[in-house]
Amino acid sequence: MTEVSGAIRFILNDEEISLSDVKPDATLLDWLRLERRLRGSKEGCAEGDCGACTVLVGRLMGDEIIYDSVTACIRFVGSLHGTHVVTVEHLRGKEGHLHPVQQAMVDEHGSQCGFCTPGFVMSLYGLWMRDPDPSQAAIEKALQGNLCRCTGYAPIIRAGKAMSSYGRPEGDPLWAERIALKGKIKAINDGKRVEIGEGAARIIVPASLDDFAAVYEAHPDATIVNGSTDVGLWVTKFMRAIGPVIFIGHLQELKRIAENDSEVRIYAGVSYSEALPVIAATFPDMAELWNRIAGEQIRNMGTIGGNIANGSPIGDTPPPFIVLGAKLHLRRGEHRREIKLEDYFLAYGKQDRQPGEFVESVTIPLLPAGEKFACYKISKRREEDISALCGAFRVFVSDAGMVGMARIAFGGMAATPKRAKAVEAALVGKAWTIETVEAAMAAFAEDYQPISDMRASAEYRLLTAQNLLRRFFLETTGQGQRLKREVA
Amino acid sequence: MNKHEAPISLASLHTSTRHDSGPKHVTGTAEYIDDMIEPAGTMHAYLALSTRAHAEIVAIDYAAVRSAPGVIGVLTAEDIPGENDVSPSHKHDEPIFAIGKVHFWGQPLFAVIAETRDLARRAAHLAKVEYRDLPYATDIRAAQAAGGQLVTEPLKLERGDIEAGLSAAPRRVKGSFEIGGQDHFYLEGQISMAVPGEDEDVTIFASTQHPSEVQLMVAAVLGIRQHAVTINVRRMGGGFGGKETQGNLFAAVAALAAKKWNRTCKIRPDRDDDMTATGKRHDFVVDYDVGYDDTGKIHAVDAVYAARAGFSSDLSGPVTDRALFHADNAYWYPAVRVRSEPLYTNTVSNTAFRGFGGPQGMLAAERWIEDIAYALGKDPLEIRKANFYGTHTDNVTPYHQTVEDNIVHRVVDELEASSDYQARRAAIIKYNAGSPILKKGIALTPVKFGISFTATWYNQAGALVHVYKDGSIHLSHGGTEMGQGLHIKVAQVLADAFGVGLDSVKIMATSTGKVPNTSATAASSGSDLNGMAAWDAAEQIKTRLLAHAARLYNADAGDCHWVQGGMQVGRKFVPFAELVASAYLNRVQLSAAGFYETPKIHWDRATGRGRPFYYFAYGASASEVTIDTLTGEYVVDRVDILHDVGKSLNPAIDIGQIEGGFIQGMGWLTTEELVWDDKGQLRTKAPSTYKIPLASDVPPIFNVKLAEWSINAEPTIGRSKAVGEPPLMLAMSVVEALSMAVASVADYRVAPRLDTPVTPERVLMGCERMKGARG
Repeated sequence: MTEVSGAIRFILNDEEISLSDVKPDATLLDWLRLERRLRGSKEGCAEGDCGACTVLVGRLMGDEIIYDSVTACIRFVGSLHGTHVVTVEHLRGKEGHLHPVQQAMVDEHGSQCGFCTPGFVMSLYGLWMRDPDPSQAAIEKALQGNLCRCTGYAPIIRAGKAMSSYGRPEGDPLWAERIALKGKIKAINDGKRVEIGEGAARIIVPASLDDFAAVYEAHPDATIVNGSTDVGLWVTKFMRAIGPVIFIGHLQELKRIAENDSEVRIYAGVSYSEALPVIAATFPDMAELWNRIAGEQIRNMGTIGGNIANGSPIGDTPPPFIVLGAKLHLRRGEHRREIKLEDYFLAYGKQDRQPGEFVESVTIPLLPAGEKFACYKISKRREEDISALCGAFRVFVSDAGMVGMARIAFGGMAATPKRAKAVEAALVGKAWTIETVEAAMAAFAEDYQPISDMRASAEYRLLTAQNLLRRFFLETTGQGQRLKREVA
Repeated sequence: MNKHEAPISLASLHTSTRHDSGPKHVTGTAEYIDDMIEPAGTMHAYLALSTRAHAEIVAIDYAAVRSAPGVIGVLTAEDIPGENDVSPSHKHDEPIFAIGKVHFWGQPLFAVIAETRDLARRAAHLAKVEYRDLPYATDIRAAQAAGGQLVTEPLKLERGDIEAGLSAAPRRVKGSFEIGGQDHFYLEGQISMAVPGEDEDVTIFASTQHPSEVQLMVAAVLGIRQHAVTINVRRMGGGFGGKETQGNLFAAVAALAAKKWNRTCKIRPDRDDDMTATGKRHDFVVDYDVGYDDTGKIHAVDAVYAARAGFSSDLSGPVTDRALFHADNAYWYPAVRVRSEPLYTNTVSNTAFRGFGGPQGMLAAERWIEDIAYALGKDPLEIRKANFYGTHTDNVTPYHQTVEDNIVHRVVDELEASSDYQARRAAIIKYNAGSPILKKGIALTPVKFGISFTATWYNQAGALVHVYKDGSIHLSHGGTEMGQGLHIKVAQVLADAFGVGLDSVKIMATSTGKVPNTSATAASSGSDLNGMAAWDAAEQIKTRLLAHAARLYNADAGDCHWVQGGMQVGRKFVPFAELVASAYLNRVQLSAAGFYETPKIHWDRATGRGRPFYYFAYGASASEVTIDTLTGEYVVDRVDILHDVGKSLNPAIDIGQIEGGFIQGMGWLTTEELVWDDKGQLRTKAPSTYKIPLASDVPPIFNVKLAEWSINAEPTIGRSKAVGEPPLMLAMSVVEALSMAVASVADYRVAPRLDTPVTPERVLMGCERMKGARG
């Protein structure tokens, strides 16, 4: 029998917090600003896109505390159990002076109106702690989830380059206090389930994966909240009631990545950031796409499981996973089943998931030797933008130059992530030549009737999908050219 | 030295002093209105917005709103004791709450007042509104087709014989150019907090660029006199023009509720509602007919500038005027006729945005320059140079002002050399010939921007300076701080004038109680106007102190001199604090109100003649891009900028304005796309759908330099020039560089005519057109 406690406990800066009265939809930002009167973190958009509310959340990974930048506006208080929340108010330099990151920002004229500044400071602080001498590319990546409307970013990037000259992480209070902090966090992570409230006001933080499976089977009406990058907006933008809620972002067993000679298995709680090293090593052709999904904070929060489970037609992981033949592992209580990922998406907003059933993991077979694979994301803005379309391609071309197998899938082209079966059919059995490709391009119109919306017109989507097949052909035949932004 | 001749002298001015709020920004202790401690009992207001583009309001049932948890009341038009209007043009066409009809999707209907913001926001959605739909036109072409109703009087500028000029020109080009709008996306959204006082008094903390206008509006709405209303602005989290008039409504609603319930009231819309319910940069369609010759010299320009004004006049008159004032950019048109069409549309009323119509006017000029260049097979830069204003001849604008301070030639020549433009252009043409999919482009474009409010009476400012007995100084002026560094610049002026350190000058929040009847902090005018007013106040106090010193030390006034740190009286040095302390004991007034009015300017709109601008600011930029002809995606690889700020008051602040203005302009022209659906609802209303530039959109090579040799020909404060708006237009070179890359698909023989914003989709479709033209 799982033991139950009745409080969400975490550390806020240097204070231990225990909350026994939390609403399922209470956001960290509102709690900080309204309940705690910590008003350094700002609300710029309330949808996790501008980064003005950026704070660091530290959690135990093995025996270390890992600090991630997150957007407090769409992070729920109930998801903080067993963490260390660090806000801009906690940054301090020696003898009451500014922290090195703050001093660099001031000296480089990195603030103008100042409203986005605390968020930038926190993102740079997170970067400085793990990479004190970052390249410009690393700085830009760490700031992908922070919008500034005044400075044009140039002085902020200069501050990122200069920050270590003002002090290094070894001298930082968080570093000095990490052993004590670790003790406190371990004490909170006591193996008990947390339960607060009744009915629609109920919050459950399960003790383990098995506990989650049991709890969800018993409460199939509950909303599962993992990284809250989607559910957060249900609350802040649509004012939807989400309770009862089961928070699962803390479950270590859902953060596993298992690799063997033939496949990679990623559990549902692995964030984009956590998956990146394995993805980049195993599927190097997916790395560019991965770095263009959302901004840093959202990549730290959002999970592979959530990206698949919510069935968005514009999720970026399903197209490449589908063409690689990924299998989805679903679980309800102790009952597990496995389906092809592409069969999971039934229709817009409808997936093959039963009440009480959840996505436990996804298995992606490795690309067999000799096969060709690529994926492409197209968006209005290169980074931190939702795809207008996202396409993945895979072919096997025989020594004789014939297409033995072709798999193509797109997001943004239909109501679900979807294979281009007519295009595939037009390729298979033909010679892998530009003539074959050009002939097959017309078949896209059979597979997809995309819509026009604020991201792109139907014409653009169709034409670009066709051109991406051309690109794939050119790249597999040594004639490729791809846009690159060259920074140090 | 005459009254307007400021010193170019001492220690504080012309140095890269850091923003006064920098340490507070980085620690999160800089206070914005939503960070202030609310008085006990503070109420929260939230607006309910229409969900029709154009409709009669048949009935509104508030029952569910009133009975929702935490609701204190509903505020409707009937609760307004004065006027239900916040029209800054005073045309009475902008109600706070719609009555009878709604004119756009997102128009405020009423406000809910509740115990918390969350409860007010939830309740605002509960009203049952019955509409009877009316026909609507949301864009420019639809508005023209529906009869072309205007929201305000159009303007025509004309010089020379346009008909003769066009018909005599050896070559003609006609075209139509769509220029998109832009949301301000200030990081701090609209917000006001109103605190009721005794009698009719109300004090409002507002995020506004124009406190005096908020004061006037609130007084009119409450039906009271202006002296009962005090507006305070410590800082804004960004403005960019979006808080010149758009804060009026929020302040008025907060004030109405505060007075009705006698409790403090705060109002802050969600980002989506802010973007839906507040005005943006005007989008334009420019229809043009240009006559030119084989050398590329323009003979005549005839153009109509149609703008989506939205449902009310707001600032659309002056914005479209300024578009016409910049229809020339830096080019002389021997004959010209330009006309504006500020069109009524069923969309939110568009408003001020950095550049104020000027960018759209200039962009169109660059469009026909490009048309000419591609038609003649020449480098567009050659055409630009061929048409620059002369320095002594060919220097009269379409509004009959003579350009007296032209430095465009030197700015462009220096940038052309420092950016290695010619060699890079040659290399790019070579690269493109051998690159089937990726194509590059480069362009160098100039900026000439007129400085002064075209409403001449706005070109005045006040300041209030107190010197305390310990020598510390209290500075208030009429300008507002939105991040641009105005406060630090004016503080530098004051410290410089008194010869004291900046730490002696305390910058106060802007308040209508300190300096009355101020102009908006807009039109790039902040430091020109307020710097001079503060300097004037300092001069008054200094004059009194000097007379006092002469008396006290029994010296000739001619032997008393201001030096850094105090006054030299003969051989005796008197520290500033000591001088001030003795002045107090001798009953010398240590406070002064300063004032400034810009000289020389005048403008007669009826005849289209005058000198609306005191001077011009110049600049130039060279951008290089790479496009992907399969997807239309692109990268801005390198940008070089040379910009004229006269003798800079603060080079670091000015560089910040240039870098920031350029990137903001680049966003406007590339990824920032406003999309309304067929029902008239804005669909790009949050950062998830509306894409401003990121750190990773900044060009990897970004060289920004001040034209350090430049000194304002007019005696402005420190001989500096305004810097707020002009750099935004430097981003035009990105459009032209993209255009060149697209043109390469058809061997540079056809002008691609890319409309803006030049999204990846527009680039790809441009490439497709080029392929078609290539055959």
